[in-house]
Amino acid sequence: MFEAIVIGVSAGGLKALTAILPVLPSDFPLAVIVVQHRHRDSDNFLDRYLDDLSSVRVKEAEPGEVILPSYVYIAPAGYHLLIERDKTLSLSIDPPVNFSIPSIDVLFESAAACYKNHLIGLILTGANSDGSQGLKLVKDYGGYAIVQAPETAEVDVMPKAAIDLVDVDKVIPLQELGVFLAQEKFSSNVEMSRRVLNE
Amino acid sequence: MKPEDMQEFEINQLLEAIYFRYGYDFRDYSKASLERRVLHRVQQSDLGSISEMLPRIMHDTEFFELFLRDMSVTVTEMFRDPKVFKKLRKEVFTQLKTYSRVNIWHAGCATGEEVYSMAIMLKEEGLLDRTRIYATDYNNHSLDIAEKGIYPAEKMKGYTESYITAGGKASFADYYLAKFGSAKMVESLKEHITFANHNLMKDQPFAEMHLIVCRNVLIYFNPKLQDRVLTLFKDSLISRGFLLLGDKETLDFSQVKPSFETFSKEERIFRRMMYV
Repeated sequence: MFEAIVIGVSAGGLKALTAILPVLPSDFPLAVIVVQHRHRDSDNFLDRYLDDLSSVRVKEAEPGEVILPSYVYIAPAGYHLLIERDKTLSLSIDPPVNFSIPSIDVLFESAAACYKNHLIGLILTGANSDGSQGLKLVKDYGGYAIVQAPETAEVDVMPKAAIDLVDVDKVIPLQELGVFLAQEKFSSNVEMSRRVLNE
Repeated sequence: MKPEDMQEFEINQLLEAIYFRYGYDFRDYSKASLERRVLHRVQQSDLGSISEMLPRIMHDTEFFELFLRDMSVTVTEMFRDPKVFKKLRKEVFTQLKTYSRVNIWHAGCATGEEVYSMAIMLKEEGLLDRTRIYATDYNNHSLDIAEKGIYPAEKMKGYTESYITAGGKASFADYYLAKFGSAKMVESLKEHITFANHNLMKDQPFAEMHLIVCRNVLIYFNPKLQDRVLTLFKDSLISRGFLLLGDKETLDFSQVKPSFETFSKEERIFRRMMYV
């Protein structure tokens, strides 16, 4: 079954994440790992704000941390966030990718290699194309690709770029995304189960 | 089996080969970043897979040098996180002033920007003349750049801002000579710095350090190698010596934790306890 969701989001992210994360139930069976593009000197306002609004626990990702279900991990400003194959988090200060640090591609690529077909990749609003390559790799490894419907995105460049490059499984309006991920606690979602069984 | 499923095996095989052939042990690195760099090199060199790169690594020492360079590329800058430097200056230097000789070790100094930042602050606090800074890295290419102390002039504007935020007391422009688009750090800083090759993966401790700076190096290591390195630091520090880590790094999961107290949580400054 699915074990984790990786989310990539840029401009307009606060609103988008606020529409999704608070909808997830406290016993949400998946881990959620997020790259939100933001300025390097940003503090941890975003993590705290979303944590206050949500039933799942939202926190800044720490190096070496073991990834747990019902947790949302947000990449710290100024660091790439990666997932090791032993399902722990790691950080790097490698050069920016797509002019971004953290970069969505970097998170998605490492997540795909770790979770393979147990991973859901989700691209939300944003003004550049970071994340498209990563989402493609999520698919290559047998994962499930979701993109926010561009017409519901504050900035539609990122979702459009992802849809152009990747054979996505679902395009979903922002207002329905939280419910979609939370439905039947996702792990028993029929369409998903069939897909994974067919792999 | 799909090609992507072989990647983990290929990486491990490559790291074993490098260790066998050259003695560089990357086996205890965090794999995700390392894998990204390896794949980048594969792509840059027009190779089809990690396995295709293996023979070149084994038989072409120049190619291996190139690879080694890739492995140690990090983004460094002067006065990165100025508030950390401010804290050092205000609180740690006060302690260092009580010693007649001060030894500082920058472990994993890369291209040297932080070393010069440190030297500038020491100078402004009247400490540089009694200080020896040991700046080490395993990558000779980075060390060459560090030793020359020549950086792109266009970066100086940003560095100047950070210098001021870090509590700089003079004019940052006094510390470099600008010429043909580059900025060369002045000799009066350099003469207090010793650049040397040192490999945290396998080399011995330095003795009698008052302050060790190692920022954003441990994040690239797995817990086992982190412990090795932190033990090395513990053994290199004098009693009551200081350790400065990167702003996401911690001693929490390390076996050396009982040997240190937290001096400043926010700035990640730790202090060696009396012989624990």
